[in-house]
Amino acid sequence: MTSFSVTTSQKDGKLDLGIEEHAPNVERWDAGTAFTTVGTAARRLEAIEKVTGRAQYSSDVRLPRQTYAKVLRSPYPHAKIVSIDATKAEALPGVVAVIHKDNTDRIEWYDGSAVFDNPVRLIGDEVAAVAAISEEIAEDALNAIEVQYEELPYVTSLEGATSPGAPRARRDSDSEGNISGEVKRYTRGDPDAGLRQADIVIDDIYTTQAAVHNALEPHGCTAAWSGDDLTLWDSTQSIFTVRQDVSKALDMPEHKVRVIKHHMGGGFGAKQIAWKQDVIAALLAKKAGRPVQLMLDREGENLAVGNRPNSRQRVRLGATRDGKLTGIVADIEQANGAYQTGGEASNVSGIYQTLYKCENVRTVQKPLYTNTGPAVAFRAPGQVEGAWALEQAMDDLAIRLNMDPVELRVKNYSETDQSDGDKPLSLPEGLRLAYDKVREAAGWQGRPETAKSGRIRKGVGFAAHDWGAGGGNPPGYAWIELNEDGTADVTTGTQDIGTGTRTGLAQVAAEALGLPLSDVALHLGDTALGPYAPVSSGSATQATIGPAIQAAAADIRDGLLDVAANAMEIAKDRLSVRDGMVLVDGDASRGMSVKKVMQEIAPNTLRAQGARVPNPKDKAIRTFGAQIAEVEVDCETGEITVTSIYASHEIGRVVNPALVESQIIGGITQGLGFALTEERVVDHRLGRVMNPNLEEYKVPTVADIPAIVNVPVDVPDLAANTTGAKGVGEPPLVPAAPAIANAIFNAIGIRFHDAPITRERILEAMANHRSIERARSTTTSQEQSA
Amino acid sequence: MTTHLPLALTVNGEDHHLMVEPRRTLLDLLRHDLGLTGAKKVCNMGNCGACTVMVDGRTVYACLTLAIDCEGREVRTIEGLADGATLDPVQQAFIEEDAFQCGYCTPGQVMSMRALLDENPEPTDDDIVRAVSGNLCRCGAYAHIARAGRRAAELRKQQETEVGA
Repeated sequence: MTSFSVTTSQKDGKLDLGIEEHAPNVERWDAGTAFTTVGTAARRLEAIEKVTGRAQYSSDVRLPRQTYAKVLRSPYPHAKIVSIDATKAEALPGVVAVIHKDNTDRIEWYDGSAVFDNPVRLIGDEVAAVAAISEEIAEDALNAIEVQYEELPYVTSLEGATSPGAPRARRDSDSEGNISGEVKRYTRGDPDAGLRQADIVIDDIYTTQAAVHNALEPHGCTAAWSGDDLTLWDSTQSIFTVRQDVSKALDMPEHKVRVIKHHMGGGFGAKQIAWKQDVIAALLAKKAGRPVQLMLDREGENLAVGNRPNSRQRVRLGATRDGKLTGIVADIEQANGAYQTGGEASNVSGIYQTLYKCENVRTVQKPLYTNTGPAVAFRAPGQVEGAWALEQAMDDLAIRLNMDPVELRVKNYSETDQSDGDKPLSLPEGLRLAYDKVREAAGWQGRPETAKSGRIRKGVGFAAHDWGAGGGNPPGYAWIELNEDGTADVTTGTQDIGTGTRTGLAQVAAEALGLPLSDVALHLGDTALGPYAPVSSGSATQATIGPAIQAAAADIRDGLLDVAANAMEIAKDRLSVRDGMVLVDGDASRGMSVKKVMQEIAPNTLRAQGARVPNPKDKAIRTFGAQIAEVEVDCETGEITVTSIYASHEIGRVVNPALVESQIIGGITQGLGFALTEERVVDHRLGRVMNPNLEEYKVPTVADIPAIVNVPVDVPDLAANTTGAKGVGEPPLVPAAPAIANAIFNAIGIRFHDAPITRERILEAMANHRSIERARSTTTSQEQSA
Repeated sequence: MTTHLPLALTVNGEDHHLMVEPRRTLLDLLRHDLGLTGAKKVCNMGNCGACTVMVDGRTVYACLTLAIDCEGREVRTIEGLADGATLDPVQQAFIEEDAFQCGYCTPGQVMSMRALLDENPEPTDDDIVRAVSGNLCRCGAYAHIARAGRRAAELRKQQETEVGA
């Protein structure tokens, strides 16, 4: 069995458990490992359920006497609730429960707020909730609730929040100037001197928009009580976080709350924390004495449960004439909405500190309160916003230096994590491999000349990225039971949020156990089955739970070989397991099936627990990638067609190439939306979101996507963990938007600092550009005639 | 008290006689009255295609269709597509091409693709794109969905050849 020695020390005032691994049987899967299952494009284990409509999502739970809930939301961006009268709603036939601040105890929620708070601080804040026997009656009941508000001054824009004398988005906060949290300051070297010494300085302001995750399955859950036990079928990226937060909110012990999530219709970060509706559904179900399903409608989804915060970034890059970076300075503001949810984590500063080698770096990141929906992590939070600015600034720098943009990046290559004591990277050549592969695939010949005429103009753009996640997020656990028929049940408290976790982990389990994939069942997404696993975020699930499964499997194998050695009367060291057979000296014909070996000890089974040990302390684990975008711009209509994107991502070992490719095309598709169409539009005079729906919030469609060429790097990162796999969920989104922006610049010679680059912005910029050109040519001809 | 009206319709070959509110959508009828939760409620306003089903062989957004407008009609949902344990070629192709991740849009995508092939067994790439352009996929599986459309057309052809032989 895996054993641990635990050493403790004080770190940041908290007990730091330094868990050392003692699992000598765990193989490190190096580059030469001969696999049977890992590395194959195995089909998703739940594929048939998903194509037949049988996969049960949180929205599809149907329980006897189930009722349906809806939430009444604030129509004002900031207002005091003067009174709530729900008597008419309560009297409607079919209504089973109505709750609001006046008839429930105050329950503390994020950032000093309450589940039903007063005042309300954004359009969409929760005011009341109803449960009824049908969705339609629940809607009627919402309309029958009478609420009187007293409007308060509000601020919804970043500019507004930072202007002198701005209204306070949070009256209960004593921070100055709407600052919502810690201003994150980072300095190394002497950045001001670095900029002074530079031969060339780039100095520009970039902005990125608020973007909404808009997972197709909205947030929500189904809540059912049995006595004083609560079960929640929740659309969440973290069943254990929901259990912890809900049990705390309801003052219940954790073991009385069970959270289940079999399938999930996407999360993209927005479902990584517990949200108010988890508690609201539980309260309604308690009051009604019936199960309650509370799935948000699309408007609620767009208003109240997370978005990528909009940012403003002033970026300064200094470089010598031969292209060495002498200084990087980024001043960042971000609009975090009305609440710090604890899941925002948009570290825009990060990429400035790590992607390129530079001794002199300063970042200042200022989070601000606004009366808008709360920010929460959105696929590569912060890195997407930072890359938008940094990678365009690098493109400008390369132009000013008359250098190939990739060469400029190669020249400033970093093999260490400069933000973390210059720790060596776990795979220092990772980004270089991505540069080389993507250049080769795209036939990169440097940046083409920008066309001077023609209606359709073509351009090519390059962008790179790193991402400090993907390395695993311990602790995390797995249990395996090898059954008497030679099949295995693998159980872990992680969740498959739609990415293919179930399949990728089953492949690791099958490989590590020496069983065919069809003999492995992978159970996840149920706190009652356990064991603990962390939130599915940071592209970390495969790298967190894979090694835990591998560790448990190593013990199972060891036990199996003991039994086999005994049964076959052959020395254990001559035995191995592969594809359901115990081999003798590597020979299957002299072997014995795992099933037969297990029958030697039936009805006993073999059981083991595996733990994900801490990440190495002496290495920085990162993932890397580079993309090349090819675009066409129609100068008359402003239409941008992204024709191709070549992508190469260093993500460690590829456990399943089909699933990895799906993540890559999906990330790039979201990057395309971020670059060109997606934006939560707020009318700042009214404080109102103008497009809280999928009609006007423009996510890409099948007709918008380019040809995507994925060029895998596929090198195991064994410094990261024993499986060599890191993570791929977030990375492909990061460089897509700046690569597209750089390609647009290459096509038409106009730099767009503000995301998204809508058709409107293209046309406006081109009109300005033309009038400048006209003015220039007039001046030139005047000069000539003079 | 809300009024209910009688409604008779066929869903996946089964006759149903129900009392429904006139305002009930076909989507709510399927998901709540009949427990057919394959069609999904995502936008509830005809933007996303996740609720796509067939009525008398033509695709509709079930969220924009009133249940009572389906009186006497034949509704087919994702649950009625596979023939017992045998998947429809479109379903098979979606699996082979990994044409989904989370799977929430998949029932709608599959129904749109199936309707295309019923009408046009040899679609061009443009036909395929147009057929599913009203089906949003936030996981961005589009490239694989388009591939699955081509594969499904092949599989159907193979099937017909086999049946013919």
